[in-house]
Amino acid sequence: MRAMFQESVERLFADAVDAETLRLAETGAWSDSLWAQMEALGLPLAAVSEDLGGIGASWTDLFPVIRACGSSAVPAPLPETLVANALLSACGIAPPESGVTVFAAGDAVSVLRGLPWGRQARWLVLHDTTRGRLGLHDMTGAAVEHDVNVAGEPRDAVILASGSLVSDAAFDGPPDTVRLSGALIRSAQIAGALGRLTEMSAQYANERIQFGRPIGKFQAVQQQLALLATQAAAAGAVAEAAFMQARRTPHFATTASAKAVAGEAAGRGAAIAHAVHGALGFTHEHSLHFLTRRLWAWRTEYGSDARWSERLGRLIADAGEDGLWPFITETLKERPQP
Amino acid sequence: MGFDPEFSRALARQGWVGLTLPKQYGGHDATSFERFVVSEELLAAGAPVSAHWIADRQSAPLILRHGAESQKQRYLPAIAAGEMYFCIGMSEPDSGSDLASVRTRADRQSDGRWRLNGRKVWTTNADRCHAMIALVRTDPASERHAGLSQVIVDLDLPGVTIRPIRDISGHEHFNEVTFDDVILEADALVGTAGEGWAQATSELAFERSGPERFLSALTLFRCLTEAVGRSPDARQAVEIGRLGAWLVALRAMSISVTGQLAGGQDPVWAASCVKDLGTGYEQDTVETAIRLIDSLPETDQARTTRRVLAVTQGMAPSFSLRGGTREILRGILARGLGVR
Ligand SMILES: Cc1cc2nc3c(=O)[nH]c(=O)nc-3n(C[C@H](O)[C@H](O)[C@H](O)COP(=O)(O)OP(=O)(O)OC[C@H]3O[C@@H](n4cnc5c(N)ncnc54)[C@H](O)[C@@H]3O)c2cc1C
Repeated sequence: MRAMFQESVERLFADAVDAETLRLAETGAWSDSLWAQMEALGLPLAAVSEDLGGIGASWTDLFPVIRACGSSAVPAPLPETLVANALLSACGIAPPESGVTVFAAGDAVSVLRGLPWGRQARWLVLHDTTRGRLGLHDMTGAAVEHDVNVAGEPRDAVILASGSLVSDAAFDGPPDTVRLSGALIRSAQIAGALGRLTEMSAQYANERIQFGRPIGKFQAVQQQLALLATQAAAAGAVAEAAFMQARRTPHFATTASAKAVAGEAAGRGAAIAHAVHGALGFTHEHSLHFLTRRLWAWRTEYGSDARWSERLGRLIADAGEDGLWPFITETLKERPQP
Repeated sequence: MGFDPEFSRALARQGWVGLTLPKQYGGHDATSFERFVVSEELLAAGAPVSAHWIADRQSAPLILRHGAESQKQRYLPAIAAGEMYFCIGMSEPDSGSDLASVRTRADRQSDGRWRLNGRKVWTTNADRCHAMIALVRTDPASERHAGLSQVIVDLDLPGVTIRPIRDISGHEHFNEVTFDDVILEADALVGTAGEGWAQATSELAFERSGPERFLSALTLFRCLTEAVGRSPDARQAVEIGRLGAWLVALRAMSISVTGQLAGGQDPVWAASCVKDLGTGYEQDTVETAIRLIDSLPETDQARTTRRVLAVTQGMAPSFSLRGGTREILRGILARGLGVR
């Protein structure tokens, strides 16, 4: 299933997402046809169990999909909708058959800030942590104030209309499920973007001539490219591990590691890619910034690397000297599928 | 890593040496993943595994893959029994990073035997091993990568002189090994004459990707974890957590290379990634400990941590030298990216 997903999303994004799409998206344009094509492939409901109308794909199967959303800077909240629908499915609520669904933590009466793609969302999955419930809300009639992250992606402030609740159920997942799930998808998106940055930077280094030869022939540039590649490889490996360990909800330590490592790698990788691309890569005309600005944004969303390191560090210190190694190996241990 | 033949033999009796070798050669037909788990646990526990380590990690797989049947029968069961130890004879006084310039020569004589002359250096544990797999020039007219071959040198042969070299901390674990007209039997050649370079580089994938490439500083990390106490302050928690997160990432990478090795691939690129990041991580553990050292509550654990820091600090510069320097690995990575 994984290979099939990977092939179909890569083909779709190669056809449907180019620099022009991304430029338009930053001015607020939304492509109904891109979303419709993703729905036609069954992607938004892929993680939903079969009896609730999905495909029952595992997070391992879906890793390439979310990574590809990162490498192509896809201007639509497919990762968010995948998670939102999976959460509904985990509490036995049948997800809506179509439409953008996003997720957040909070309650139905307060302002929800920084909601990804709030303006585009038809549905919202809200984790009410004080009551331990998960609700599906209709976004029709919600008050939406537009805001964006540093990459120009919608991160809106939203107040739901009264009577927005469609259905709800008890949810026994961890109180920080929203943050963990967000960290999970962002780490894969970061890995995807870093992979693409590596390719773009190596290609540019072969094309740009200075001092009579391609800049990639200079050892200083080669060493920087190698560093970029290792950061991309590390982010990819640890993000994939976090997806392999995710079940109904993400595995804490693996996901925390993934976001901490991917976040740091995002900072280093974006800096190297800009260095290699010179002034040309600093222009709005060039498409490098579609990835680098997203890396900056994704690095801080759902917890920065320092924040996740701190949480991880507290657990490790609590486990003490003899607990350290078991704690580390636990993050990649085979876990039963549900 | 301590050198303890008694421990190596006991480990072999337990069935934990030569795990991936076929049963017919005294091995256990285990998977690379099973070997990975055993290696990791040994390193994490700080076990004295250095006697059999190189033989088990790279010499045995090399002999299994390229060696003649007689070599397999002679060496593999002894390696799997934890009784025969190998060292790596690549570097020479004038050939470090530029390994293809090696000058040690093995000349074929009319009786088919080889006459070995030259000098290897930095050879870890040569003074305590039984044999070396040496990269030598077998075609005197050749230059660079062509004309290199690998030979097995039994280190008790006449003409072999081994002189230990002290390192910055005063320890003697690496050596200079001189060959003066050492006569090797005709079957000392491993694999094909002239294919030494290709064989040695694929051997290096085993050396570069294993858990020893990121666990050298684990003892220090463990000490720190204990020394900060159960309720660290925010700065301590960030530093400790960061070390944990990267360790998780490195393990994931190393396990993936293990999978590629098991699948018969030559993951030179991915192995170089693991080594470059892993050795940087180990050195970073030392940096982290230095940043935290004066924040530790004054306990016995803090004193232990300072001692372990001193030992690890004394080894740290070598992490990114042995097995290929950081700059050379990044060169390999750059070539893989298509810019070299
Ligand atoms: C503890 C320890 C154990 C070892 N054990 C063994 C062993 O068992 N067997 C064995 O064969 N060898 C062993 N070695 C040797 C090791 O493989 C070499 O040290 C290593 O290959 C580097 O060679 P060198 O020390 O001669 O440094 P050099 O090659 O002289 O390099 C010095 C510096 O120059 C840089 N440099 C060199 N060439 C280039 C280039 N083209 N581009 C950019 N930078 C360059 C290097 O990266 C390095 O920073 C060991 C080394 C150590 C420290």
